Amino acid sequence: MRHFLDFEKPIAELEGKLEELRRTTDAGGLDLHEEIEKLRDKAEKLLAATYAKLTPWQKAQVARHPERPKCLHYVEALIEDWTPLAGDRAFGEDAAIISGLGRFRGRPVAVLGTEKGHDTETRVKHNFGMAKPEGYRKARRIMQLAGRFNLPILSFVDTSGAFPGIEAEARGQAEAIARSIEAGLEAPVPFVATIIGEGGSGGAIALATADRVLMLEHAIYSVISPEGCASILWRDATLAPQAAEALKLTAEDLKRLNLIDTVITEPLGGAHRDTAATLASVGDAVAAALDPLLKLDGPTLKARRRDKFLEMGRSAVA
Amino acid sequence: MNWISEWALPKIKTLFGAPREMPDNLWHKCPSCEKMIFQNDLEANLRVCTHCGHHMRLSSKQRLDATLDEGWQRADIEKVPLDPLRFKDQRRYADRLKEAQAKSGMEDAVMVGHGAIAGQRAVVAVFEFAFMAGSMGAGVGEALVTAARLAVLQDAPLVVFASSGGARMQEGAVSLMQMPRTVIATQMVKDAGLPFIVVLCDPTTGGVTASFAMLGDIQIAEPGALIGFAGARVIEQTVREKLPEGFQRAEYLLANGILDMVVKRAEMRPTLARLLALLRGEPRAEAA
Repeated sequence: MRHFLDFEKPIAELEGKLEELRRTTDAGGLDLHEEIEKLRDKAEKLLAATYAKLTPWQKAQVARHPERPKCLHYVEALIEDWTPLAGDRAFGEDAAIISGLGRFRGRPVAVLGTEKGHDTETRVKHNFGMAKPEGYRKARRIMQLAGRFNLPILSFVDTSGAFPGIEAEARGQAEAIARSIEAGLEAPVPFVATIIGEGGSGGAIALATADRVLMLEHAIYSVISPEGCASILWRDATLAPQAAEALKLTAEDLKRLNLIDTVITEPLGGAHRDTAATLASVGDAVAAALDPLLKLDGPTLKARRRDKFLEMGRSAVA
Repeated sequence: MNWISEWALPKIKTLFGAPREMPDNLWHKCPSCEKMIFQNDLEANLRVCTHCGHHMRLSSKQRLDATLDEGWQRADIEKVPLDPLRFKDQRRYADRLKEAQAKSGMEDAVMVGHGAIAGQRAVVAVFEFAFMAGSMGAGVGEALVTAARLAVLQDAPLVVFASSGGARMQEGAVSLMQMPRTVIATQMVKDAGLPFIVVLCDPTTGGVTASFAMLGDIQIAEPGALIGFAGARVIEQTVREKLPEGFQRAEYLLANGILDMVVKRAEMRPTLARLLALLRGEPRAEAA
């Protein structure tokens, strides 16, 4: 059973009817091929029309869709010789952050990502993608390792944000994130980050200070969740749709603001409707972003990355 | 404009007689011990309660006066595009910003001064909490990058007094990008071999702590300052536990190894002067 979002109700109804007709045909009985054809056409048109004009709040729902491909799906599909590496060497291992070495299209790379999990068991295991200081410290270690061995860094970001907890604060959550940002900016190797679902605040930027930042069409990237923003500025969390609108958190908005580099088109109806196609187009986009970076030396990469981030917020945007 | 508000206006006021202070303003109630303090005594004591030692907020101008030797100068900060998202909640962000600018005489929430601390060259950037809770958007990022460039240019250490509610939500992802941007500012200073010292003042939270403000060569905080990444309410709602006594206070961070020291305001200037001299490795006259 596919999980439908609230605004997808009319699509769900049509697709439900379609399924019923198909079953009737399969059962022998009537030949409903013509009806099926018509209904399928109608459902597809409705899906296309709905997804062509998703509101920012609807995009936030799609970005958080439980069936949307998660970080480990990308790792599995795009990385060969996958060799996970664990631990921050100081306190512990944080499964909210995936890290390791492998090959991307034959080339050895270091991989980082935030993993939300895809069912109850994995969601709990990965703490819903909310990392603690040891997670960011592990990320920093891996980025430094990548620098030492001249391995490009690929990151896949999908997190509602860093974990807000007592121990996380006691162990220096803020410092851990700051150091991870610093390590990303210092890395003398190509760095490509992809926002695959939710790019939540400091927990996302910790893994996204990259030479090229790619973003899936319906992913969101923001300084605060729409709900959090609404409850602070409007004092009412139910006004999240307005906040989502105001925050300009869609890939299209962020591209226009020059805060990301590339928007990756999703299959019709969102990444979760065709995982294989999504994984393939992200692979192609990462390869296209990485390729020109491989020709640049470490100091040039670092200098360009600095210049790029230093410019953010300075230039006027139409 | 600066010389008008800082020099000409006070002169004119002196000439024509400043409006007499209302008796209400003569006394101030300490928010911690609730005892009354004579306003002049409070100011003379750098806004530290004369009864209980509670550190109240200082304005950025007061802070610079208390930190730098007389004759310090305020650095010009380039303007950044206003309101990049055209953000509107219950009010337009552009209006809020203009109001804060008019009230403070500042472009944004950080004032940068340069001069000397006990005779040693220094650039000091200070957050103005009264300016939209010291929140960090492009204007604050610009001020910190300016301060870092100035420090490198003058071969001077950079000291930042942080006090901020975190990222400025009304600038969305533009404010998020000030996190890497201000981290780059710290890298410029460090690349030049210069000390970068952070003083965390009450309160410093969110995206500000998770960027430049935790990357000092030396991390200092004022007594009792609230310092953390996540807000206490968010943490309570997430973990459904009561927060420990003194959670996210300067002394708690010191005990957890996140700070080098907690320094009282009266000791701040001599402490900074001593640290800068030690970090810059200048032998004292007697050793020469």
